Amino acid sequence: MSTSAPKSVAGTPNRSLRRTRPRYGEAVIKGLLMAAALVSVATTVGIVISLIPPAVDFFRQVSISEFLTGTDWTPLFSDKKFGVLPLVAATFVITGIALLIAVPVGLGAAIYLSEYARPRVRQLLKPSLEVLAGIPTVVYGFFALAFITPQLQDILPEAWALEVRSGLAAGLVMGVMIVPTIASLTEDALSAVPHALREGAFALGSGKRTVSVRVVVPAALSGIVAACVLGISRAVGETMIVLIAAGVSTGLRFNPFMEMETMTAFIARAASGDVPVDSIEYNTIFAVGALLFLATFVMNLIAIRLVRKYREVYE
Amino acid sequence: MTAPVKEVGAPAPGRPMLAGPRWRPGESLFRWLLLACLSVGIVFLIALLAYVVGEAWPRLDSRLWNNFPSIRRPENAGAQSAIFGTIWVISFTALFCLPTGIMAAIYLEEYADQERWYNRLIELNIQNLAAVPSIIYGILGLGLLARQLALGTTVLTAALTLSLLVLPVVIIASREAIRAVPQSIRHASLALGATQWQTVWRQVLPAAVPGMATGSILALSRAIGEAAPVIMLGAVTFVMFNPEGLDSSYTVLPVQIYNWISQSRTEFHHLAAAAILLLLVILLVMNAAAIWLRNRYARRW
Repeated sequence: MSTSAPKSVAGTPNRSLRRTRPRYGEAVIKGLLMAAALVSVATTVGIVISLIPPAVDFFRQVSISEFLTGTDWTPLFSDKKFGVLPLVAATFVITGIALLIAVPVGLGAAIYLSEYARPRVRQLLKPSLEVLAGIPTVVYGFFALAFITPQLQDILPEAWALEVRSGLAAGLVMGVMIVPTIASLTEDALSAVPHALREGAFALGSGKRTVSVRVVVPAALSGIVAACVLGISRAVGETMIVLIAAGVSTGLRFNPFMEMETMTAFIARAASGDVPVDSIEYNTIFAVGALLFLATFVMNLIAIRLVRKYREVYE
Repeated sequence: MTAPVKEVGAPAPGRPMLAGPRWRPGESLFRWLLLACLSVGIVFLIALLAYVVGEAWPRLDSRLWNNFPSIRRPENAGAQSAIFGTIWVISFTALFCLPTGIMAAIYLEEYADQERWYNRLIELNIQNLAAVPSIIYGILGLGLLARQLALGTTVLTAALTLSLLVLPVVIIASREAIRAVPQSIRHASLALGATQWQTVWRQVLPAAVPGMATGSILALSRAIGEAAPVIMLGAVTFVMFNPEGLDSSYTVLPVQIYNWISQSRTEFHHLAAAAILLLLVILLVMNAAAIWLRNRYARRW
């Protein structure tokens, strides 16, 4: 330390505790760290600027109303039609099937882990859900196409005509894929409910089921909704399962036993093919991508808000 | 516990009466239902592993890692270019995203004033990015990195794209590790006259390293299994050579698997299963390492 410090203390008794010398090294380090944090902001900006110019080009040639209301999707054929509804409908159908599996199963698993399981059981069972979350989605897709679809074709009546690639198989497997997401976020929300609420209900004579369903779940509802919204967001954005197991379609259809193509599957299929840069086919990828980004962006913001809300209430 | 309200059908003495005097069928049914929900995932996992191992069995030999992919002769095909491609891409992904992610985490935990709007924006932004679909990162890689920055569809583009994809995961995990270091350590260090960076570098970081390592390994294992963005970045074609540099074209294991799944012949089907097993073993080893690190070096304060 320099000798000037004691002198200045003697001179000005009311001196603040702030350092006397500027530390340039510290400021440089802080700047570097902040720059690293700004990389994440740059990523979002990068996504937006990679989406907008090709999407704007696309909408110069195709009107927004044709894009949003058309029911034929053949941008890669010679007779091009740009109605995005078939992709949106397939995304809805497959996400719906996935949620029919994932929401009840994820909720049930979370309630069991949070309210019923003894600590040892929980330590044993929770990692298995984490393993499920760590399996690459290409593996899920393979399993859906090669194992689940033949099994379903055996079980379901032949008249239902389940195709080799179908929305049903993709949706079912995707449902299992989302279970860990919904279960772990729901469990966090349930664990955040104060014990006093449970004890109060027990003291009034409620059974464990009543306490779980009527007290703990309602108290954690915003967290549970957030978990489901994030689950939807993951289902809408999932690519490999639908690319492998759901197939391709050009027209509007809601029958889950038939092939269908989601927004993500189209993006992956079109971008992996030989599409000339700056052609309308190339720009189509970005138009669909913009729609997908917008949809998941809104859902993510809703989920983040909801998570904040329950944290504020109980912490 | 002596129960004052003893009635017929009460539970055996010694068990607490407060649990309820009657046997409730609804209660146990509900409990079994919940357990069934939990077992859905576990049964699925077991079925998946059993199926993959069964399908992969005929092709589990050195051909898998000694040979290159081949469309015409599936019996001689292997995944060597994909294995080396994965090693190249993931090494550079780690090189790009780990320092950046850890530095960002240090900034947000140790330096950022949470009241400032820009810091809150960064935080919200990271939470949102963590949930953006991976295919959107593929669009970023294709539109911005490959075309506008003219990096082409190379190892570098793939590594940069995957780095941005797992960056939020690294940041979130590192922040948790840093947050677990108690404030008293920082206060003691600052009180002894250390600067803020000296405190971070000599006290906080050493204590947070195990947690950050665990989170980083898990983030990289996510990058290894990711296929969707890489498919958009030119990894789809059959690549007959190992990458030789950052500007080399490449393929990675998940994309090679996707390629083989798309083929109709059953030999490719077995090959895909064998490659899946290899991928799962790699991920299992990484996860085991992460858990071991967490248990070995976890400190209770």
